[in-house]
Amino acid sequence: MNKRDFLKDAILFFPAAATLQALAKDAQGAAGSAATPAGYDATRHWYGMGVDVDKCIGCNRCVEACKAENDVPEEPFYFRTWIERYQIHADGETTVECISTRAAPPEQAVPEDPTVVRTFFVPKLCNQCAHPPCVQVCPVGATFQTQDGVVLVDAERCIGCRYCIQACPYGARYLNPKTRTADKCTFCYHRITEGLLPACVEVCPTEARIFGDLKGKADRLVRFHRVNEISVLKPDLNTEPKVLYAKLDGEVR
Amino acid sequence: MSGTIPQALYEQLSHQLEQVVGFIYPNEVETQWAILIVVYPYITGIVAGAFILASLVKVFNVVEVQPIYRLALLTALAFMLVAGMPLQLHLGHPLRAYEIFMTPQPTSAMAMFGFVYLWYLLGILLIEIWFEYRHQLVLMGQQARGLMKGVYGALSLFSKDVSPEALAFDKKASKFVTVIGIPSAFLLHGYVGFIFGSVKANPWWGSVLMPIVFLMSAIVSGIAMVMFIYILLSLIRNEKLDMRCLDKIGLFLMVAIIVDFALEALDYVHRIYQSEESIGILAQLVSSRLFFSMVIVQIMLGMLLPLLILAMVRIAHFNEDLRRMLYFTSSLLILVGIFSMRWNVVIGGQLYSKSLRGLMAYKMEITGIESLMTALALLALPFIILTVLFWLLPPRWMERRGPAAVH
Repeated sequence: MNKRDFLKDAILFFPAAATLQALAKDAQGAAGSAATPAGYDATRHWYGMGVDVDKCIGCNRCVEACKAENDVPEEPFYFRTWIERYQIHADGETTVECISTRAAPPEQAVPEDPTVVRTFFVPKLCNQCAHPPCVQVCPVGATFQTQDGVVLVDAERCIGCRYCIQACPYGARYLNPKTRTADKCTFCYHRITEGLLPACVEVCPTEARIFGDLKGKADRLVRFHRVNEISVLKPDLNTEPKVLYAKLDGEVR
Repeated sequence: MSGTIPQALYEQLSHQLEQVVGFIYPNEVETQWAILIVVYPYITGIVAGAFILASLVKVFNVVEVQPIYRLALLTALAFMLVAGMPLQLHLGHPLRAYEIFMTPQPTSAMAMFGFVYLWYLLGILLIEIWFEYRHQLVLMGQQARGLMKGVYGALSLFSKDVSPEALAFDKKASKFVTVIGIPSAFLLHGYVGFIFGSVKANPWWGSVLMPIVFLMSAIVSGIAMVMFIYILLSLIRNEKLDMRCLDKIGLFLMVAIIVDFALEALDYVHRIYQSEESIGILAQLVSSRLFFSMVIVQIMLGMLLPLLILAMVRIAHFNEDLRRMLYFTSSLLILVGIFSMRWNVVIGGQLYSKSLRGLMAYKMEITGIESLMTALALLALPFIILTVLFWLLPPRWMERRGPAAVH
């Protein structure tokens, strides 16, 4: 290589190296951390939610509170939490409807259908899995699990590839059309780290939702876990959900 | 409704919501991976298949296929250059795509695909083509004038050595790269299959056979594409085809389809026989939403019919013109069939609810980023690139120079 070739190469090489260095710095930026108030120690908590299926009356207030609190698009294609209504018929058939997508409340809370032998509501939300498949598939580490067990999305980092939405077995994620990034329930992380309850829990009139800390000794959720027979959704997928259902019917998926 | 979301998106989603049958989770109305993600495995598969066809010459010494060796390599390159584009365009934040390389996530199949893609493009394909063409590039550089002299000089990386030792080394190196290239091509498309096959949330995708089915269908589509281009070129240029070569490609194509068909059949038989929780909704999916694209186009028109034609060509003694026409028809049918297969996997997997209680719909947009027009443009682009490559690197330039100019 002569001097002239060397200089030519050098002119190409140095700007490229500088660019790479800048990118490397960016890559080292805080991945997998969330803003918390001063003095908050995430390692001392392990959050979960209990849902008492018998107590849910399908009023949909949790859904409205969630949308307002978390700036979820109002259109009926985007939900961080929603309510499903199950109707078990005499012949064993089950019909399911998502009541949160309705434009207006129904005139009759319970339809007069003589074939329906039993009906109940099931609130759904992100299960904040201990083994989250969404976190596993994210190509850039934008979705991550905090030390207190909450699965969050870093909207500054998410590239909007939607792989996490595909990987979620519960349909709990959507692509937020405003930010063009993946979005989901955070257990109202901005509230719980301040010692407040998630918005859906706060507004529930029948206390069908119990928020708590599975590491806390006298916690309500720990008691809920102790006194109820608990089920989780799709246990065969080994996601280890931290949303715990009491009196859940086997029809619910 | 007063929209906080774009009007076109609202209309598309409202339309899709109307088409829902049964119960779906409310967030499932939107089709997350649409037409561009159908194009992506289609193009990637052609790359892998074309490369594997080319490697038959170098590694397995199938001399009959020699006439299309360079054609197959350039086809692989032309499609490879486009393979990443549908992914890039589909992202919510395309400008953040580099993060995939900057923040390697070893647990993410998609992230690792970025590295496999780069390895295949830079580590295999470009190096193999360079060694294959180096001699020609040097000679073309000597003959060219002005700007083109510089272009060929740059393409040959300013090498000038055409001594017999250097050429022998080129040959050895090219063979070595091909040997590594075969597992790499398997990796490239097997990996695309893994991106889908590893999603446990989706029983239509989550199958251990998925990578291998993707790989076999990739080989089928790659061979069909090279055959299609080879015949098309002879028609455009009004040249005689090497029928020995074409018959050999036809044989490989037939064998590949049989293996592909056997694997896919195994997948379906296995699902039906195991009859797991999801079988009811999947049966409903196949018999309604996917009936036309899967049963009619993918299996009957795209697989069984061309298989029948290719088998007939081997049994009956047709003349060259008829054989050429039949090969051309079957390659086209196969290319359409494999596209349907990609559609049925990607879109099909998003047409039933993970609650296993309902079916969704997908309404393809005509214009916009994630649309039919973009998909067509992306499918046309490799042919434009290929035309440029043919002009820049004429595959038969060396032969046409005549024996006098070998030194």
